[in-house]
Amino acid sequence: MLYILKTALELGFLYAMVPIALFISYRVLDIADLTTDGCFVLGAAVSVMMARAGHPILGIPLAMLAGACAGFVTAFLHTKLKVPSILSGIITNTGLYTINLMVMGWSSNQSLLKQSTIFSLLKNGLKNSKAKAFVTLADWYAVILSGIIVVVFALLILAFLGTRLGLSIRATGDNLDMVRASSINPSFTITVGLCIANAMTALSGAMVGQYQKTVDINSGTGIVVIGLACLIIGETIIGRRPFFKGIIAAIIGSIVYRVIYAVVLYTKVLPVEFLKLITAIVVALAIAFPAIRKWFAFQGKKISHANGKGGKDNA
Amino acid sequence: MLDLINVSMTFNPGTPNAKTALSNFSVHLNDGDFVTIIGSNGAGKSTMFNAIAGTFFVDSGTIKLGGQDITYLPEHKRSRIIGRMFQDPLKGTAPSMSIEENLALAYLRSGEGFSPFSHITNRDKQEFREKLSLLGMGLEDRMKQPVGLLSGGQRQALTLLMATMVTPKLLLLDEHTAALDPGTADKVIQLTKEIVEKNHITCMMITHNMKQALEIGNRTFLMSNGKVVYDVNGEERSKLTINDLLDKFKAGTGQALDNDRMLLS
Repeated sequence: MLYILKTALELGFLYAMVPIALFISYRVLDIADLTTDGCFVLGAAVSVMMARAGHPILGIPLAMLAGACAGFVTAFLHTKLKVPSILSGIITNTGLYTINLMVMGWSSNQSLLKQSTIFSLLKNGLKNSKAKAFVTLADWYAVILSGIIVVVFALLILAFLGTRLGLSIRATGDNLDMVRASSINPSFTITVGLCIANAMTALSGAMVGQYQKTVDINSGTGIVVIGLACLIIGETIIGRRPFFKGIIAAIIGSIVYRVIYAVVLYTKVLPVEFLKLITAIVVALAIAFPAIRKWFAFQGKKISHANGKGGKDNA
Repeated sequence: MLDLINVSMTFNPGTPNAKTALSNFSVHLNDGDFVTIIGSNGAGKSTMFNAIAGTFFVDSGTIKLGGQDITYLPEHKRSRIIGRMFQDPLKGTAPSMSIEENLALAYLRSGEGFSPFSHITNRDKQEFREKLSLLGMGLEDRMKQPVGLLSGGQRQALTLLMATMVTPKLLLLDEHTAALDPGTADKVIQLTKEIVEKNHITCMMITHNMKQALEIGNRTFLMSNGKVVYDVNGEERSKLTINDLLDKFKAGTGQALDNDRMLLS
């Protein structure tokens, strides 16, 4: 049980930056940014290749920078060239496939063997430390490191969204007319928002890549839907208002999702291959929920209307 | 103050739907003018506002504001010196953000002196509170609430405050009270008059209320088919009655004012 919890916490934190990124793009900016899948692999590829070259720590910020560039391309297509936002993301995502292969030295996967990663560095640091408390913590190294990174970035984003630039970005997703009337350039705010969101996605990829010591060209498939599922699960648990709850929801949702995943994996109630289908269904239902509720309410109204007429028509 | 010189604008040029909304349109406003504008639907009133505010760039002609040529200045840059309000109270505010945050955004129009990474300070909040209390709607005690919870009239009053918070060179009011109930509309009109007078703002107001058009401001335009057919101010205006205005319209365009809403009010 403890092992399941540990795994869930590890993966939950490692992948938590994806729902946080989607919170920024999908909830705050109101843009469905489909760059996510390719951007995740890009982050992983950059970070693993840097670790291979002996720079695991430097690999993390560089991965984020690469992710921000991917976000910039999507934003440029959308704001300047007026490509619809969903299509911009898909176009960038398609292009990223080649870019990712290029980063990985034209190979569809890359692994780390003996090279150190940010995780192995911390693990060894804790193990060799003089304080006994640190040595006992060594088993939890991945949870500690990814947890700290996620909390730090979540706090940074929260602080950022309270600044004037952050407020402008929030208003862009809320009321575009008003943003223009407030002398804010919406192209600029969308670009900044998408760059940040994709930097966060790449950060997640970078952590996962070094943690698993491998990167595969297809490892990003479906990440965007899983991220949305996490966000929606979290929002169901802790709510959406006030808006800053969204970030906490993203982290909690990510952990809960991984707990479910781990339970399925260990109890084998379902083959693990089913998870993506279930995830897709959960996301579709959750997003469709308002429409479904409306449909049922309308049917109910029709039925009570028919009954109200005393069945005269039917008789 | 404001000059539109030979401004022309055709929508969908070269298609069967081509519509010339403004042709060789020229108008001059003096500093401190408060112009009310009336005209039937499709007269080009809103097109003129859109041209001034920069919603689109005009086909030809020059637009100057305070001596500055703004013909090709993008909309978000013009909004630094032009405040604008629409009929729809939902258009001017961000619903999921708090009153305080909306005001902070409006404050951005002052441009200089703000780091993009600065937060709303307590001094800002104090100032917002003072300005909100001028509205007399009790909004100063609800600064943390999302704007989506406010009524249409409250939202419109807030939008007015936001549009004039950083004193604009020009204020464009596009039937900004038309969607409000009569009592609230009066209140917003009163606030508009107070704020415009106090800050000496040059202002243009589209209205369908003839009485209002003659009572408020110092100058009135009658518009038809993309032209100002009657421009009146001073003594001549103060003697005008609604019937005179209807006659002038007929004389200027050869047709009766075809807007029921206008006649009824």
